[in-house]
Amino acid sequence: MGFVGKRLLGTIPSLIGVVIVTFLLSHALPGDPAAYFAGPAANAASIAGVRAKLGLDQSLPVQFMHYIVDLAHGNLGNALTTGQPVLTDLIDRLPASLELTFFALVFAVALGIPMGVWAATKPDSLADHICRASVSVAAAFPTFFVGLILVYIFYFLLGLAPEPVGRLNEILYTAPPRVTGAYTIDSLIAGDWNTFRASLAQLVLPAISLGLFALAPIARITRAAMVQSLGSDFTRTARAAGLPRGKILVTYAFRNALLPVANVLGMVFSFLLGSNVLIEQVFGWQGIGAYAVSAVLASDYAAVQGFVLMMAVLYILLNLIVDLLATVIDPRVRFEA
Amino acid sequence: MTAQLSVEDFSLVFRTRHGTVRALEDVSLSVERGEIVGVVGESGSGKSVLAYAVMGLQDAAARVQGGRIRFAGLDMLTASEGALAGVRGRELAMIFQSPRTALNPIRKVGRQIEDILRQHANLPGRDLRDQAIAALARVRIPDPQRRYEAYPFELSGGMCQRVMIAMALACSPFLLIADEPTTGLDVTTQAVIMDLIRDMSREARMSTLLITHDLGLAGEYCDRIAVMHAGHVVEIAPAAELLSRPAHPYTQQLLAATPTPRSTVEGLVSIPGQLPDLRHDLPPCRFSARCARHSPICDEKPLPWTSLTPTHSVRCRVPLWG
Ligand SMILES: Nc1ncnc2c1ncn2[C@@H]1O[C@H](COP(=O)(O)OP(=O)(O)OP(=O)(O)O)[C@@H](O)[C@H]1O
Ligand code: SF4
Ligand SMILES: [Mg+2]
Repeated sequence: MGFVGKRLLGTIPSLIGVVIVTFLLSHALPGDPAAYFAGPAANAASIAGVRAKLGLDQSLPVQFMHYIVDLAHGNLGNALTTGQPVLTDLIDRLPASLELTFFALVFAVALGIPMGVWAATKPDSLADHICRASVSVAAAFPTFFVGLILVYIFYFLLGLAPEPVGRLNEILYTAPPRVTGAYTIDSLIAGDWNTFRASLAQLVLPAISLGLFALAPIARITRAAMVQSLGSDFTRTARAAGLPRGKILVTYAFRNALLPVANVLGMVFSFLLGSNVLIEQVFGWQGIGAYAVSAVLASDYAAVQGFVLMMAVLYILLNLIVDLLATVIDPRVRFEA
Repeated sequence: MTAQLSVEDFSLVFRTRHGTVRALEDVSLSVERGEIVGVVGESGSGKSVLAYAVMGLQDAAARVQGGRIRFAGLDMLTASEGALAGVRGRELAMIFQSPRTALNPIRKVGRQIEDILRQHANLPGRDLRDQAIAALARVRIPDPQRRYEAYPFELSGGMCQRVMIAMALACSPFLLIADEPTTGLDVTTQAVIMDLIRDMSREARMSTLLITHDLGLAGEYCDRIAVMHAGHVVEIAPAAELLSRPAHPYTQQLLAATPTPRSTVEGLVSIPGQLPDLRHDLPPCRFSARCARHSPICDEKPLPWTSLTPTHSVRCRVPLWG
């Protein structure tokens, strides 16, 4: 697998860049963590003491060196707010956000791709216009607003959805033993159907609120890519060969449209992961979004750095996955690499 | 005996943002069983549009204005998409002009041939691969086992062309529409392919509509040749007679502009004037602006067909003979 190795090597420059940028970025944050940490009763001397203890009195290059050395040891520092190692906090909370984002994406894909394909088979028809209008409307509302509306309708009015108290109503259910950190998966591993159903039910509304936002880009790129491949010479050849409609649509047109769709999916996923913040607030979701917000409010350098770094690494990984997927979809990509 | 393919008074326009393109007008043409009919004409004369219309694969902007196209008893203009899909690939096959883009870029060429065989040939699954390889071997693709696994981008243009031909011939169609089947092939391969097509016409009674720029090739392989100009068929005659005794001024100029039998119409500049803009109002004879023999009678509507002999017809008021 020379291709994977090459791509992995190719991520190194971006990783270095990310480390530098996150370091500088968090130092550009307003607020003085030493003052925050020393507490409201602190005087100049005790603040200076805290600053020295945190290493914040040293020059930026020295601080950066310390940062690198720590990183190399997997040490992202301690979060001032939780008192725990940042890495522990992140590992603790990341699965919640990933799980939510994943389900949001599944929802958006399950709806957006068929819509795009359908619209592409009848361009400029009524169906096409309805698809376009509805996904645009869905994208026009802020996700937290959609979230609140959905909670109001499905929990408050209809009582169909469970109370929005986070990943699991801990009064009624106990979280499954941690394996992956994703409740749906862990409860399945534990063979606990009740908890599985309950955690799935908790996911529905936040995943839809988040996913509605991703519907538009997915449906649009699917439509555009399908219109192009349905109008291509090779689709005409397939029709000239009398192949069945389903075969032309899937094997010929859709597979050729898959490459741009996969690219957009990668982008949408990282975008959703980043826009979890508000949805996590609305649904009491204990994810990294909520963590990042409190870290920024507290000028918690280490936590913010850790968060940004992790997001950047995730982003790079995601791109790697999309690139690998591209080689599966399109042999020409493999060849060029 | 009724013709395998008959096109009668067929007219087709394209509705575009820049006006209506009168791409075909009153086109009539027939191909008997086992016959090879050539269609020649300058670039833009409507040869490909005619081919797509026969396949029932017109562009979405195309509007049929009148006429009929019948293939093996089926009315191609009114048949349902399902009925068309039933004959395409099996009874009616086409070789497209641009082989590189006409193949699915992300599917092995062998699999693309298999797709057609699976659909039409009624073969057990385990024979598909062998049959696909045999189809590749028939068009003289060297090392067909290996080429079966190739993607189009791994093959040369000529090789893609041969794959395209293998696909079209895979199910031994009744009618083959070949749009420039041998452009881009070297002379030897060209002869191999054309001989194969001729053999299939003679032995399996396959009919062929051969679209080409190459008058020499048309003369060598075709039974009859139709000459197209600006969306009209202007002359149709047995191949040898058309080449030796053209009756339409345009045919004569085409021949005069073709110094050796092997040269193609493509590279010629010596035909005076150019094709008229098909979006404008056109005179009954679309060649009149370029014609030295033009006289007032040429502008009278309608422009009739004249039968010079039972097999030689020309659409000209003042033909060169007869
Ligand atoms: N989809 C379309 N929309 C508008 N006009 C078209 C369309 N397809 C073809 N035409 C026009 O129809 C005319 C005939 O085109 P056609 O492709 O049949 O020429 P051709 O004889 O095959 O030429 P060539 O030898 O270059 O292949 C041209 O004037 C072309 O511009
Ligand atoms: S009809 Fe008249 S103008 Fe047209 S080709 Fe014949 S002689 Fe020329
Ligand atoms: Mg053409």
